Amino acid sequence: MAARTRDFTAPTVQLLTPSGELRPTPEAEAYLPLVEALPDEMLEQFYRDMAISRRIDIAGANLQRQGQLALWVPSHGQEAAQVGSAHAARPQDHIFPSYREHIVGMIRGLDPVNILSLLRGATLGGWDPAENGNFHLYTLVLASQTLHATGYAMGVQFDGRVGTGDPESDTAVLVYYGDGSTSQGDASEALVFASSYQSPQVFFIQNNHWAISVPVSRQSRSPLSLRAGGFGMPGVRIDGNDVLVSYAVTRQSLEEARAGEGPSLIEALTYRMGAHTTADDPTKYRTDAEVAYWAERDPITRYRAWLESRGASAAFFDEVDAHAADVAADLRRRALGLTAPTREKIFAHVYTEPHPLMAEQSAWLDAYESGFEGGAA
Amino acid sequence: MSARTEEEQRVTDAASDSAPIEDTSAAPAVEAAAPAQELPAESGMRGVHTLSMAKAITAGLREAMRADEKVLLMGEDIGPLGGVFRVTEGLQDEFGDQRVLDTPLAESGIVGTAIGLAMRGYRPVVEIQFDGFIFPAFDQITTQLARQTVRHDGTVSMPVVIRVPYGGHIGSIEHHQESPEAYFAHTPGLRVVSPSSPHDAYWMIQEAIASNDPVLFFEPKSRYWPKGTVDQDHSGMPLHASRVIRTGTDVTVVGHGAMVSTLLQAADIAAGEGTSLEVVDLRSLSPIDYGPLLDSVQRTGRLVVAQEAYGFVSIGSEIAATVAERAFYSLEAPVLRVSSFDTPFPPAALETEYLPSPDRVLEAVDRAMAY
Repeated sequence: MAARTRDFTAPTVQLLTPSGELRPTPEAEAYLPLVEALPDEMLEQFYRDMAISRRIDIAGANLQRQGQLALWVPSHGQEAAQVGSAHAARPQDHIFPSYREHIVGMIRGLDPVNILSLLRGATLGGWDPAENGNFHLYTLVLASQTLHATGYAMGVQFDGRVGTGDPESDTAVLVYYGDGSTSQGDASEALVFASSYQSPQVFFIQNNHWAISVPVSRQSRSPLSLRAGGFGMPGVRIDGNDVLVSYAVTRQSLEEARAGEGPSLIEALTYRMGAHTTADDPTKYRTDAEVAYWAERDPITRYRAWLESRGASAAFFDEVDAHAADVAADLRRRALGLTAPTREKIFAHVYTEPHPLMAEQSAWLDAYESGFEGGAA
Repeated sequence: MSARTEEEQRVTDAASDSAPIEDTSAAPAVEAAAPAQELPAESGMRGVHTLSMAKAITAGLREAMRADEKVLLMGEDIGPLGGVFRVTEGLQDEFGDQRVLDTPLAESGIVGTAIGLAMRGYRPVVEIQFDGFIFPAFDQITTQLARQTVRHDGTVSMPVVIRVPYGGHIGSIEHHQESPEAYFAHTPGLRVVSPSSPHDAYWMIQEAIASNDPVLFFEPKSRYWPKGTVDQDHSGMPLHASRVIRTGTDVTVVGHGAMVSTLLQAADIAAGEGTSLEVVDLRSLSPIDYGPLLDSVQRTGRLVVAQEAYGFVSIGSEIAATVAERAFYSLEAPVLRVSSFDTPFPPAALETEYLPSPDRVLEAVDRAMAY
């Protein structure tokens, strides 16, 4: 009897080495032309967006510590995975985030103050996806959004917006989730439905190695990218701290989806340098050595080194850093100006059509509040 | 077997007889302009017809799908087979496999993708194969489907209908005879309805599909086969209205779904014993239309709530509390509940002792009358 294989490995596709050299791994060669086609302005935009993301992280964490936010969800370390993949999407594409993809939303045109409004407890959602680059709402029940994305992509296909060859019309869906979420049943059911209906979508897993305090080894004994094959779709593991490969592989995958070639999966290996949220204390479950290992693979440092090797000036980096600081300061200023919603928001839009309990209870609350001295407002 | 349980057995057997019987209990209030005709449901013809509830729902689904191409059906075995209860029979032939989707066998996946399709502008109608199999989708229904509209500040609506064959009386195995409606009525953002007659089923499924809010549509599977008159020209009333379907003077009895048939049988028996029951068909479990019920209780002074579901934390409990709050001075007796027992649905051989029967309703009526 032949021995059953227990060799579960997958190559990591990488264009940019941790030291910032453009040296594609064998599997990455095919993606190089997509990067070579990028204009300098876009290459600079990648850097700018990563820098903004990191500055906003600092502002968000400070706001939380100062009691202005209930929570902050940092992206420190995951900027390349998010920025590269976000820039791979076309305007008509739809993005279903988890809850950590702040810079993805900004790239799609979302004002991040809306995210702060959510984390401040002023709204359950915060924006209309149709008015914000088709960037859908954050989803806090892990992996639920993988099914919403799949249903949305099925609808795109039923609408005939796949495989027509019209680059302005053909549409794909990009859904973000994390290594922890891959253990949820919904994540697997989404892969089943996507594969069965050949829906135009890309599953983008940010494997940041930690689901709060539980390591990815508890979620999976094999590379998460290998799961795709079991569901009948291509899967690729990339260096998620390499913004160029994140862009290129996502771009290729989305184009295949729009062309009618069905869904695919990307596992982006990255690392959550900070806490899961501001409620977390990562020093209790991981080592300094591990954090140091990943600090050497920082996505911004390596990309800056590459841009410098191509001749980017110090003035450019200074300007970007100043710009990022301005964006973060402006966001902080506006976060402090956010006002609490009025009590009508409790009842508004629970239903689209009249509902007797909403009418009765909002009227009761108004009467109750107005019964207090000076409480009519 | 004691004499009493033999009688109960006889009555319940009659109630659960799956052979087609004429059910005129909930015929529309409007007078039929033409005599009811036996017509195949797929005819799509208007007029007054005699249909089973299952075929009335088929006809209602067909009407909704013809009226709006965004309406699509999703579920397990609903394509060529037509569903295990044949409710979707013939629909894939007419509308194709992109509008009648035989899905993978995963309830959370079905509801979760229905949410995404609704975001894209579709109006999915999901079939859950049996009541006891809705729970894998419970998370998507309660934490996602129910909240999308409020999370989006009203910019996104969720016109999703989830059809659930539910309830006992069919002698089936575990997880096939449940009454889980209270879980969903408890969840803000959802609407929950249950028709009791073919006529209501025909209209209510179309009204549920037309609603921009998510609707849980509980189909009393023991009532799938008895035939009744369906007026395909006149609905008679809105989706969330309750109504008095038999007038009486002594005690008001209220229920929904299959229990309405049990209440009507109880009213027949009571009439022979000189007690006049007024029967209210709830029709909508969330929201509940209390108008006709309170009006009735103000006249009779007594109320018995009957349901197949467990009594603890149930629709019946909610009605008892609300009627006590709103009709306290009209009540001559406490509101009494008749429910199944607070145990898992037992092996089917015991279901006639487990499920409320006409006699169990009458036992409560007697207690209410004794005050």
